[in-house]
Amino acid sequence: MEKNEIVRLVKERSGTDARKCMKCGKCSGRCPAYHDMDIKPHQFVSYIEKGEIDKLMQSKSLYTCLSCFACVERCPRGVAPANVIEAVRQEVIRQQGGNKIMAETVPSMIDETIPQQLLVSMFRKLNK
Amino acid sequence: MQKIGVFVCWCGSNIAATVDVKKVAEVLKAEPGVVISENYQYMCSENGQALIRNAIKEHGLTGVVVCSCSPRMHEATFRKTCESAGLNPYMVEIANIREQCSWIHKDIEEATEKAIILGRSAIAKLKLNAPLTSGESAVVKRALVIGGGIAGIQSALDIAEAGFEVDIVEQSPTIGGNMAKLDKTFPTLDCAACILTPKMVDCAQNEKIDIMTFSEIESVKGFVGNFKVQIRRKARFVDEKKCTGCGECMQKCPSKKGLNDFNMGLNTRPAIYIPFAQAIPNVAIIDPEQCLKIKNGKCGLCAMKCNVNAIDYTQKDEIIEREYGAIVVATGYKPISLENFNEYGYSSYKDVVTSLELERLMNAAGPSDGHLVRPSDHKEPKVITFIQCVGSRDTSGCGKPYCSKICCMYTAKHAMLIREKYPDTEVHVFYIDVRTPGKNYDEFFRRAVEQYGVDYIKGMVGKVYEENGKLMVQGSDLINNEQVVIPSDLVVLAAAIEPNPSVRNIATMVTASIDTNNFLTEAHAKLRPVESPTAGIFLSGVCQGPKDIPETVSQASACAAKVIGLLAKDKLKCNACVSHSDEMLCTGCSVCANVCPYGAITYVDKEFRLGGGKTEVRRVATVNDAVCQGCGACTVACPSGAMDLKGFSNKQIMAEVDAICKR
Ligand SMILES: Cc1cc2nc3c(=O)[nH]c(=O)nc-3n(C[C@H](O)[C@H](O)[C@H](O)COP(=O)(O)OP(=O)(O)OC[C@H]3O[C@@H](n4cnc5c(N)ncnc54)[C@H](O)[C@@H]3O)c2cc1C
Ligand code: SF4
Ligand code: SF4
Ligand code: SF4
Ligand code: SF4
Repeated sequence: MEKNEIVRLVKERSGTDARKCMKCGKCSGRCPAYHDMDIKPHQFVSYIEKGEIDKLMQSKSLYTCLSCFACVERCPRGVAPANVIEAVRQEVIRQQGGNKIMAETVPSMIDETIPQQLLVSMFRKLNK
Repeated sequence: MQKIGVFVCWCGSNIAATVDVKKVAEVLKAEPGVVISENYQYMCSENGQALIRNAIKEHGLTGVVVCSCSPRMHEATFRKTCESAGLNPYMVEIANIREQCSWIHKDIEEATEKAIILGRSAIAKLKLNAPLTSGESAVVKRALVIGGGIAGIQSALDIAEAGFEVDIVEQSPTIGGNMAKLDKTFPTLDCAACILTPKMVDCAQNEKIDIMTFSEIESVKGFVGNFKVQIRRKARFVDEKKCTGCGECMQKCPSKKGLNDFNMGLNTRPAIYIPFAQAIPNVAIIDPEQCLKIKNGKCGLCAMKCNVNAIDYTQKDEIIEREYGAIVVATGYKPISLENFNEYGYSSYKDVVTSLELERLMNAAGPSDGHLVRPSDHKEPKVITFIQCVGSRDTSGCGKPYCSKICCMYTAKHAMLIREKYPDTEVHVFYIDVRTPGKNYDEFFRRAVEQYGVDYIKGMVGKVYEENGKLMVQGSDLINNEQVVIPSDLVVLAAAIEPNPSVRNIATMVTASIDTNNFLTEAHAKLRPVESPTAGIFLSGVCQGPKDIPETVSQASACAAKVIGLLAKDKLKCNACVSHSDEMLCTGCSVCANVCPYGAITYVDKEFRLGGGKTEVRRVATVNDAVCQGCGACTVACPSGAMDLKGFSNKQIMAEVDAICKR
């Protein structure tokens, strides 16, 4: 798929309008996973607006975001950074195609910094 | 048969670029009744107007159609032009071929066709026009100012200076508004009281100014030049004329636990109190909720203490009625409630305060006598963190979508004053943008950074929590790409401001319009910024939009100039396009009087001849021409089709519609 198309899809799936962001940083000021992220919540919003999808798809933040939605809750402009992160995460997974998670592979992947919630999320998405 | 002249305007390229103006003029020339049809670059220019005047004289025109911009723009101009050439001004019709045509179409052919149709429809209406003359009404030479903040005070002083009487109606027990609560004021850092209280005293001493505090507007009737206003003078349980403001009563009052509103609830006051030392009027007031005598009949100490017998526990609200020629709305603002912003901990931690509370904490007349201490333990804070834009620029629904405009400047002021007075205090400011346009304003802000070493952090705060007796302020530092946590002793929130909520009620009473944020709307955002679209209603201060004191005062004086311009007239021309009822159709059902917002309709019993020498007495509606504003509400409400508007009769409107539909 062409890069612009991916950007368009990610924007559409995220259901949020990145242009509404006023670059206040309140999302990143609140994010509990901030220190485990290479690209921060507010940067997800500005990168997607600039079309920098490659960097986002390689970001480790996709897997350290807790899906706690604190950023969404706090944003004064009604932007949803977590939704952008989730949409990028989905895109990565879709591109892997036919990707499945087998219960037996889990022990090798596990490390105690991964929150339990993420495991649950992963199974719900990738075990189908 | 009428002799009609048609004048098609190019409006430079505004119209001519999309509408073939020559063709429009040519086609309309063929319409029956049209004797001359011209086009010109700028009809509103002196040359354009001369063209119309000459044509009226040369061709003996009985009516004029100008195809141009919106009638809101130049109808008055062209009416005057025609009047000066001897034509009745109501024999002029405007076809709006700019806003309704050239500006919204791209295709020249389409736009030209539409312009022709709009021209035809104006001609059709004009054929049914009749010359109208407007009546006159007298102007009551007194103004009402609602709200006694700096805006209301300045407007009142200026109006009185011009020799007119002014009443200030203020809902709280003293005039002064929010400015009276401030400590020092940017950009020059003079103390608010030193510059405000002399003006308050001027108001009190001015013979032309009547101050009614602790009073509210009950109802407003009438129209420009002739408003009738009922004012509720709420019971303050102290006779304003007798009280000398000595304060003896306050000393003895045993019920001391009332929250001191003037100090933003940061300390308490007795049930009988004077809001602050320089209050105008300097008269005590009793809070009936708190007074033991009023609540359960026990006490009465203050009455015993008062040397002049000013205290009256049985005082009742009183309603008075006055007439005014003009009304100034100056109802100001209040900081928003912070209930939607739990992340900043305002309701959880005593040492998270709003900026207006900080003003009181720093004020020499405040609860801590100007010694900056934290509310929780009265200790001096060593680290103070400010958060800007709290609830401003918020489109999420929790706050207000607009910039409150004053907080960047007052936060810089607070930061600087603190660093000046307590140099060992560390001061941080979280900001999204620093907005300081204005004379000497950016210089002022830069002083905070460069001279006073205030730490400005670009980013917003995500949460405030308590740890080991410190308020931990966690936020973004976007420039350093860090999430920072600042352990602080005091957190100050620059809360958004919003119009005083009572303004909704006032706006309804005076039929002024307000926007979605409850700010009053001006008649024209650029060219008529101090007038409401409703004639005779003027806007002063923050009730129209966020402003600091210099801007408020400029606007208040501009507003006064407009009021003076109105009051200086002895008579006002009434609207000629008034309603009237066809007595043969009217059944006297009273529907129209119920819908008329100006109270222009009354009913009379009238004798009608039935023929054969018989008569009949019927109740019919009559409209007071001087009062009717031509809004048309009655014409659509009337079930009998008896009410009609001069200049906009049902027949005329139907003729326009027919002309549009006819191909
Ligand atoms: C924390 C803080 C610091 C500030 N510092 C500065 C500064 O340093 N320099 C500066 O230039 N500006 C400063 N400002 C801004 C300044 O306070 C305003 O510009 C100014 O007070 C506006 O005056 P106003 O008369 O329009 O409104 P207000 O002061 O709000 O006055 C309105 C008055 O109308 C009354 N009222 C309201 N509704 C009714 C009603 N229905 N009937 C009767 N009366 C009514 C109110 O009781 C009030 O007395 C500061 C503001 C804040 C919040
Ligand atoms: S949802 Fe993810 S990005 Fe948003 S605050 Fe939670 S952890 Fe941070
Ligand atoms: S909180 Fe909202 S507006 Fe602020 S930076 Fe994050 S996404 Fe943008
Ligand atoms: S004036 Fe400054 S602090 Fe206040 S809302 Fe505007 S940008 Fe924010
Ligand atoms: S509504 Fe019509 S019929 Fe009824 S009183 Fe008024 S004018 Fe007469």
